[in-house]
Amino acid sequence: MLVNPFKLASLGILGMNERNIKYIARYNERKLYPLVDNKLATKRLLENSDIHVPELIATIEHQSQINNLMTLLPSTGGFVIKPAQGSGGKGILVIQNNANPNFAKPNGSELNIEHLQHHCSNILAGLYSLGGKVDKAIIERLINFDQLFSDYSYEGVPDIRIIIFKGYPVMAMMRLSTEASDGKANLHQGAVGVGLDIANGQALHAVQFGKPVEYHPDTQQKLSELKVPNWTDMLELAAKCYEKTQLGYLGADIVLDVEKGPLLLELNARPGLSIQIANGCGLKPRLKMIEKQQQTRTAIERVLFSQQAFSLL
Amino acid sequence: MQYARWPFYALIGVLFVTGLVMSIYRHLTFQVPFLPGETLTTWSIEARVEFTADNGPVKIKLARPSSQQGYAVLSESSASSGYGVAYLDNENILEWSIRQAQGEQTLFYRVDFLHDQLQNDIESTPPAIPPVSLAEPYLTAAEQINQQLLSISADSISYAQQLFQLLTTQQNQQNLALLRDEESEPAKLAVKLLNHAGIAASVIHAVKLEDGRRRQPLVPLVKVWQSGQNSVIFDPATGKRGKPQDMLLWQQQDMPMLEVMGGFDSKVSFSIIKHQETIASAIKAQQNVQQSLVNFSIHSLPLEEQALFKTILLLPVGALIVCMLRILVGLRTSGTFMPVLIALAFIQTSLVTGLVGFTLIVFTGLLLRSYLSHLNLLLVARISAVIISVIAIITLFSLLSYQIGLSEGLKVTFFPMIILSWTIERMSVLWEEEGAKEVVIQGGGSLLTAVIAYLAMTNEFIRHLTFNFLGVQLILLAAILALGNYTGYRLFELARFKSLVERYAGKSV
Ligand SMILES: Nc1ncnc2c1ncn2[C@@H]1O[C@H](COP(=O)(O)OP(=O)(O)O)[C@@H](O)[C@H]1O
Ligand SMILES: [Mg+2]
Repeated sequence: MLVNPFKLASLGILGMNERNIKYIARYNERKLYPLVDNKLATKRLLENSDIHVPELIATIEHQSQINNLMTLLPSTGGFVIKPAQGSGGKGILVIQNNANPNFAKPNGSELNIEHLQHHCSNILAGLYSLGGKVDKAIIERLINFDQLFSDYSYEGVPDIRIIIFKGYPVMAMMRLSTEASDGKANLHQGAVGVGLDIANGQALHAVQFGKPVEYHPDTQQKLSELKVPNWTDMLELAAKCYEKTQLGYLGADIVLDVEKGPLLLELNARPGLSIQIANGCGLKPRLKMIEKQQQTRTAIERVLFSQQAFSLL
Repeated sequence: MQYARWPFYALIGVLFVTGLVMSIYRHLTFQVPFLPGETLTTWSIEARVEFTADNGPVKIKLARPSSQQGYAVLSESSASSGYGVAYLDNENILEWSIRQAQGEQTLFYRVDFLHDQLQNDIESTPPAIPPVSLAEPYLTAAEQINQQLLSISADSISYAQQLFQLLTTQQNQQNLALLRDEESEPAKLAVKLLNHAGIAASVIHAVKLEDGRRRQPLVPLVKVWQSGQNSVIFDPATGKRGKPQDMLLWQQQDMPMLEVMGGFDSKVSFSIIKHQETIASAIKAQQNVQQSLVNFSIHSLPLEEQALFKTILLLPVGALIVCMLRILVGLRTSGTFMPVLIALAFIQTSLVTGLVGFTLIVFTGLLLRSYLSHLNLLLVARISAVIISVIAIITLFSLLSYQIGLSEGLKVTFFPMIILSWTIERMSVLWEEEGAKEVVIQGGGSLLTAVIAYLAMTNEFIRHLTFNFLGVQLILLAAILALGNYTGYRLFELARFKSLVERYAGKSV
């Protein structure tokens, strides 16, 4: 049932307590949290920079705006409604296309405008934000993800999570949505996590609900054949977030859009630890190695350093 | 920004040592033992008299207890600014008086009893039997009961024994039901019937000794005299013979408990606290009342506040348990400290009643909430609706259980309603978002934490330590700070990362 804690330590597995005290508390200044905890602030921070983000269609701040929600929604194409201060995929509503007067979710079920209004008012009232604070709702353009991954994802956009420590990418995984995760790629909702080799973006292992899997549960695609293209660009994009936010321990969620290339979906100041299970190795040795680095390097130099140091194949 | 770690460890050390030294000092100088067992028990009872004065001279008479079987009076005191006080010993009465008083008045009388097995009852002379005048049809009913009892009893005591048996077991007997119309209070009815049969008896009043209780009422008992000074006490609630173990007789004669001349709206309530001390310290405490500043302890507060503090001082224990379960085990709960509040409610309701009540309320609330979610209401309105539903559920449960005769059910009113409503709301969102499994995990985690916190907070030893040694609070704080610094794995992580270790084991083979 349980494993020997010393064995875990010898594999360099990072635990929740240690992550909180030794990395998050030490390298992430509290006053910087709002930059990443609030998705609107993140978008504002990255405006006019070479880190691209999904297009913002509208923000809803007041109950009165909800009444004319219809005018705020795009007339064609898909969109996503999410709470500005949500986390873990909570409160995210993905609308595949706006087939007036109904709105289709990725799984085909249809919602009407009242459903959307109700969802927005829940967001404003703080149902999905930490501690029930009042919140804003964001309407974002649906990402048109690269067809390359369409066989690996069920009804949703797969995203790539990269942990960046002091600006160095240290570990990465791809999260594939499944029927269980309802069009969102958050692991605890049932998405599949596929560990990626930092050197080349090649799949290593895959897990769902903490257990190893070989094939995608819905599309039956063999997961070990997955390989992310333009891998170095993607790592560089993630590494640049360090300079932008000054957060030392950071999780970047990146998606690959067909037209716009890699887009930064969101940043996370408390990235989860399941990435270790998906990669089949612990974070600690890598973090320790980065802690020893004295030179200051540019983003691309840091990426090259990591690719050499953390290759698994 | 990084700070050096050592001042933090030093702080933990200082807190721990200060707490320890304070506790040891208290142990040595006031001889408060560390273990609850090796002690004498004293009970402090505080009567709080409240009334509104008529703007004139006021005289208050309050019955006061005397030494009795099992309990010896240690000391008495009263707090009443501006009032003259007289302890009338042969009548067992305390008399307060003042020339002029106006508005709401509060007076305190406090008595300390030593639990003493050797103490015997002081014999009391039987009161004169007052004439009982019963009108028809009550007279016939009383007479029939009298005949029935006379035939199955030998003397006054066995007569009384049979009477109480009848009163408690055969509630619905026709004659009794009739008489209950005339006199609804069982104790008074019993005395009436006994007097009717020519047996000397009177209603006396007792305080139930329960640690840390506030605003308690008096419990009526019945005292029955045999020939001469021989007397026996009966509890009309259970019909049992002899003084109930946990009761202290406050007033042994048939007299008014409280008489106020020159005031109205008078009432008296009681707070009870249990202390565990050695004889030496009990005596010392008596001498030290004046120098209470030196004896820096909760004991220098009025009893009602002491009773309150007894609970407040337990909260850090609950907080420590929550920290341990979250940091060392990794248990998920809904709301960080909600389990402690639930545990506090459990202390009032007793564990099983609390668990059943809580589960019932949350479950029913979830059902109601799932209906509300179809209505597409705004969040604030929805939570308010849930609060009202929770109140309705609690009222319903109280009424139902009262009807069935389960007085335990009434205790559900102790649950913090706003917290319950938020719990229900969060759980139902959790249900919609992440399914029933997560609800069970978090709900179960909360309940488990609450039960463990309850067990710790009701533990004799822990209660004794937290209440008698303020230094323990510093030690608890030090422990919580130290826990906040723990970087090891959580128990649940040992299971979570299991597949990782197994993969490595597989590789090396
Ligand atoms: N604009 C979008 N287009 C398509 N899918 C999206 C979009 N935004 C979010 N998602 C889906 O929702 C998931 C969670 O979104 P994210 O912005 O990371 O919020 P959270 O902080 O709750 O994790 C993503 O992994 C993705 O699958
Ligand atoms: Mg995310």
